[in-house]
Amino acid sequence: MSAAFLVSLAASANAWMSGRAFPARTLVAPDADRFLERAPLAARDWVVGFFPVSLHWLVHSLISIVAVLAVFGLFFAFLTIIERKLLGRIQNRLGPNRTGPFGLLQPFADAVKALTKEDIVPAAADKLLHFLAPVIVVAFGLMGFAVLPFGRDIIPVELDAAVLYFFAASSATELAIFMAGWSSRNKYSLLAAMRALAQLISYELPLLLSIVPVVMLASTLSTSEIVRAQGGWTLGILPHWNVLTPWGAAGFLIFVVAALAESNRSPFDLPEAESELIAGHLTEYSGFKYALFFMAEYFGMTALCGLGVTLFLGGWQAPCAFLEFIPSYVWFGAKLFGLILGLIWIRGTLLRLRIDQLTRLAWKFLVPLALINLANAAFWSLTAGLPWPGQIARWIVSMALVAVPFVTIGRTLSAGLAPRTYKYA
Amino acid sequence: MLGSGILKGLAVTAKNFAGSYYDPARMVTVEYPEKRIPIPENYRNFPFLVSENAEDPMGTLRCVACQICEKECPPQCIYIEKSKDKKPDATGKLQLFPAVFDIDTSVCMSCQICVEVCPFDAIKMDQVYEIAATDRFNDLLLDREQLAKSNSYFHQIHPTEASEVDARLAAERKAAEEKAKAAAAAKAAVAKPAIPTAPAPAPAPKPAAASNAEAPKPPPPVA
Repeated sequence: MSAAFLVSLAASANAWMSGRAFPARTLVAPDADRFLERAPLAARDWVVGFFPVSLHWLVHSLISIVAVLAVFGLFFAFLTIIERKLLGRIQNRLGPNRTGPFGLLQPFADAVKALTKEDIVPAAADKLLHFLAPVIVVAFGLMGFAVLPFGRDIIPVELDAAVLYFFAASSATELAIFMAGWSSRNKYSLLAAMRALAQLISYELPLLLSIVPVVMLASTLSTSEIVRAQGGWTLGILPHWNVLTPWGAAGFLIFVVAALAESNRSPFDLPEAESELIAGHLTEYSGFKYALFFMAEYFGMTALCGLGVTLFLGGWQAPCAFLEFIPSYVWFGAKLFGLILGLIWIRGTLLRLRIDQLTRLAWKFLVPLALINLANAAFWSLTAGLPWPGQIARWIVSMALVAVPFVTIGRTLSAGLAPRTYKYA
Repeated sequence: MLGSGILKGLAVTAKNFAGSYYDPARMVTVEYPEKRIPIPENYRNFPFLVSENAEDPMGTLRCVACQICEKECPPQCIYIEKSKDKKPDATGKLQLFPAVFDIDTSVCMSCQICVEVCPFDAIKMDQVYEIAATDRFNDLLLDREQLAKSNSYFHQIHPTEASEVDARLAAERKAAEEKAKAAAAAKAAVAKPAIPTAPAPAPAPKPAAASNAEAPKPPPPVA
């Protein structure tokens, strides 16, 4: 038994070393050629066909850009009203319902308002940086979409180092926030800028560490390869998504917490803390520039959720074999939307943390958990080839590797802090 | 365990979210222009002038232009000009009336002091709250035509106070009539040199203090 275990361990280690732990699934789904599945790509190729061959690469890219802008621009518009409605319901209110049926035209009214508002630049501001900050924040916010596989073969840019590129682009938005805070020449804005950077060094480490196991097990940084590695089903109903493994679930939770911080949303909306800093780095912005920041925040959140879906929730893969007739991009959209709804739910529930609490949470709790999770993923990868009794032991050990550090580190950290007693309450 | 508080919180918000769809009692807001919360009777906002008759508001104002409210008003938002002639007031006595009575509602702070100092129950607090205007000078400066509202409107918005005022005024009117009758009788007695009778019955005590329950139901306002 133990000999068999060792042999299989060695075999799988060998497989992992040689990058074959996840044999490339060359299975083509029987309905991959269905009309709806191919429709976006067919439409793109049809349009590209009108242009001379020498321009194909350009038109190809432009169409991808226009599609991303149109789809996610509209998605952003309606996400604002969905978020406001949801938050309203969570607080037993109705939410906006005045503009159009059910208030559905509210985003357009907001856009008109933002466009017609006076654009104020403070006299003491650094005019160039003050102008550049909203432009840069939107540009970097959009860059992340380039490497997300929205469906089977639907990916704007097929990059080998897609995950690396994504984090390089998305963490640059923090630079724009610092630019905005610095150039406004306003104390609140500057405080927000400093907070943004403090937040950056807090969450960036667990965010990156949480996705390393996925990259490690898929042996690739390419997002489309990572999604393909999560394809297939056990018994036709249990998908092979990363989130359904112990290390994947833990990694996903760490990723979500860090992504909340990265997208500056409650409970980590420290730079924009309305009750403390007026509007933080947005204090001196109005009209369209403010709208751009707002847009960039939602683009950033959407892109991060898209990456979360790609890395942990199986990307465009259907959850069950018999549901594969639904086009892959619909699955991606549904998962993305579900994840964003979860973030809105969290926003409607939790209070804002202090900056030291965020740093403490990230460095003392999430980073150790993410490191242990890395070891857990390595264990998972090394034990992949065990026969089934070994598989049960593998699951138990892996789950313990998630749960035990969570409880012990949590207990140690909250010793003397929680539960809080209020002397005069 | 760490995180259990977060889960509890998420459960609470989820309950609120679901509950808001099937339990209207949960909703904390009222869709205002269509639905309104009934105003409590003691709510007050901006004064108005009470007139006895809605048909002829200017002719039946209770105000006698005594200008006490004008002098007492802390922000000095009342402006009154007395009339040159006189006409009978609520108790039938000849009185002046306001030729001009302006209240600048942009200055008024709804303190109710004008109401408290008025000896004639002529100015009372209104319940208006939809008073947005497009001209901050002319639309917010209300003249006596805009300020005059009928006694029946007063009954509508402050029923308790209005009945009490009506009862008091009726008692005053009755006392005045009796006094006039007694005076006439005394005059007649004086004119006829006869045995000096007892003096006319003492004037009725100031009925303002009479919160008498046995006071007769107020007569309908004199037309």
